[in-house]
Amino acid sequence: MTPETITPAKVAAPRPSHQKRRARAAETRAGYGFLTPWLIGFFLLTVGPMAASLYLSFTDYDLFGAPEFIGLENYRNLFDDPRFRQSVVVTVTYVVIGTPIKLAASLAVAMLLNAKRKGLGFYRSAFYAPSLIAASVSVAIVWKAMFIDDGIVDQVLSLFGIHLGGWVGNPDMTMPMFVLLAVWAFGAPMVIFLAGLKQVPQELYEAAEVDGAGKVRKFLSITLPMLSPVIFFNLLMETIGAFQIFGSAFIISGGTGGPAGSTLFYTLYLYIRGFTDFKMGYASAMAWLLVVVVGIITVIFFRTSRSWVHYAGESK
Amino acid sequence: MQTVMSHAESAELRKTNRRRSRVGSTVYHALMIALACIVLYPALWMLMSSLKPSSDIVGNVSLIPENGSLQNYITALDGIGGVSTFTFFQNSLIVAVLSVVGVVLSASVSAYAFSRVKFPGRSLFFSMMVATLLLPFHVVIIPQYIVFNNLDMVNTFWPLLLPKFLATDAFFVFLMVQFMRGLPMELDEAARIDGAGHIRIFGSIVLPLMKPSIITASIFTFIWTWNDFLGPLLYLKQPDLYTLPIALRLFVDQTTVSDYGAQMAMAVLALLPVMIFFFIFQRYLVEGVSTSGLKG
Repeated sequence: MTPETITPAKVAAPRPSHQKRRARAAETRAGYGFLTPWLIGFFLLTVGPMAASLYLSFTDYDLFGAPEFIGLENYRNLFDDPRFRQSVVVTVTYVVIGTPIKLAASLAVAMLLNAKRKGLGFYRSAFYAPSLIAASVSVAIVWKAMFIDDGIVDQVLSLFGIHLGGWVGNPDMTMPMFVLLAVWAFGAPMVIFLAGLKQVPQELYEAAEVDGAGKVRKFLSITLPMLSPVIFFNLLMETIGAFQIFGSAFIISGGTGGPAGSTLFYTLYLYIRGFTDFKMGYASAMAWLLVVVVGIITVIFFRTSRSWVHYAGESK
Repeated sequence: MQTVMSHAESAELRKTNRRRSRVGSTVYHALMIALACIVLYPALWMLMSSLKPSSDIVGNVSLIPENGSLQNYITALDGIGGVSTFTFFQNSLIVAVLSVVGVVLSASVSAYAFSRVKFPGRSLFFSMMVATLLLPFHVVIIPQYIVFNNLDMVNTFWPLLLPKFLATDAFFVFLMVQFMRGLPMELDEAARIDGAGHIRIFGSIVLPLMKPSIITASIFTFIWTWNDFLGPLLYLKQPDLYTLPIALRLFVDQTTVSDYGAQMAMAVLALLPVMIFFFIFQRYLVEGVSTSGLKG
């Protein structure tokens, strides 16, 4: 673009339409120029692979031979595969139990931190820290060591007369162990809740107090509705994130999903099928099923949100 | 309260109020400190266990090592399979630092296009970009693996780095778009009247003003790539290319079950840069999360 084309004098010149068209063409070139890296990434690393995995999900492919088209065979096999069903049950249980507990904990602590007191910055940082490392291999190893037979969790619970033994090797206790790991990382949604709480106008509480509203009433009638966009955001992101738990499950179960399939999370089974058994077609079918399920959940969330999410400035 | 209080009465009331608030404050801080102790305990236990002898770790609730030593770290630094832990450190550092460079470059130019340039297709691409925020990453790993495998890029850092240079981390593009939208458009218009094109406006006006969002994106990219497990697990099969997380996994698999001390030391080493980043940049981290909704 040359400087002349955009000086005010020229814009007001006799033939603006021609000038404007040239300026617009230059804008388009600039736009696509700046967007080139994203466009390449989007088509080559996201859309292309998605289409490829949709195709692969209808084939039998082991990475070495050519993909052989088998129609819906993979999808049919999925529903006859007890390990697949197991992985669905494990993952759904984890999402349905872990996410609400994590969000409730993060909201409760955020409300405690939404006060005018000293030392809040320290508490906020301390509570936030675990969410940075909770998904790391290091923490998975620590978790395993803490919940093993005669580990510190076992020892502490024994003091209270609860003798559970090791959680790691007990198929009934692995789920609570993973839920605790998820809840431990409550800091990230907590910080988001806290930012939301700070936006709630204090006048609303003052007015409610004048009307004689108690703490529970204020929470239900002011805090929850005013916070509903943030609750919606956290609920959506945490739910989608929980479906994709992988690293900790891989480390704690040694990559097997054991004991007795109790830690066979969906993505772990997908990895095992794709990269251990080299059933790339089967794993692609699993991946697409996950995309469809996550998509449906997202749509359901957005649909139902109309009835419970209130945006500021919107009359209800 | 209808009646007017006497001076003495109101002074008395103020005193009780103050006393009550002091009690309340003590209870509050006691509760918060107790909670902080519980929350930080696993991390502290890892740190302290790394200084204890292996036999004294499992089941030892105490944080204080009785005869603390750095022996575990010496074992951990030896590495595995003839590869020193310094090599793993170096690999992790290369991947993390180059990822930061890639994300900052690609996300900032993409965000500029989305927020400062008007062109047909912009809003369509923008909504597609937002949609990829919610897309489970697992749907692309198999085809991506096949492609990188055919390009002979398995056992190189390319499969881990290329996506970063091509702005596939939509979170950071989104973060920067949000930030750029907050910068006044008058700046661009003034520069344009002075004859600056988009490259000049981006380089000398927008980019310098974007510093806070660049710092946030850099810190999160560093921490996430440093902790990343799935990517290196898929693409790095030679121990001398391992990053710390997968080296740590191999280390745990190979050492005898009883050598918890060295495992803990290695686990601490693998988190060291993350911890340092946290202490230096906690303000940016917490603010980055609260303004953009980035996860931890």
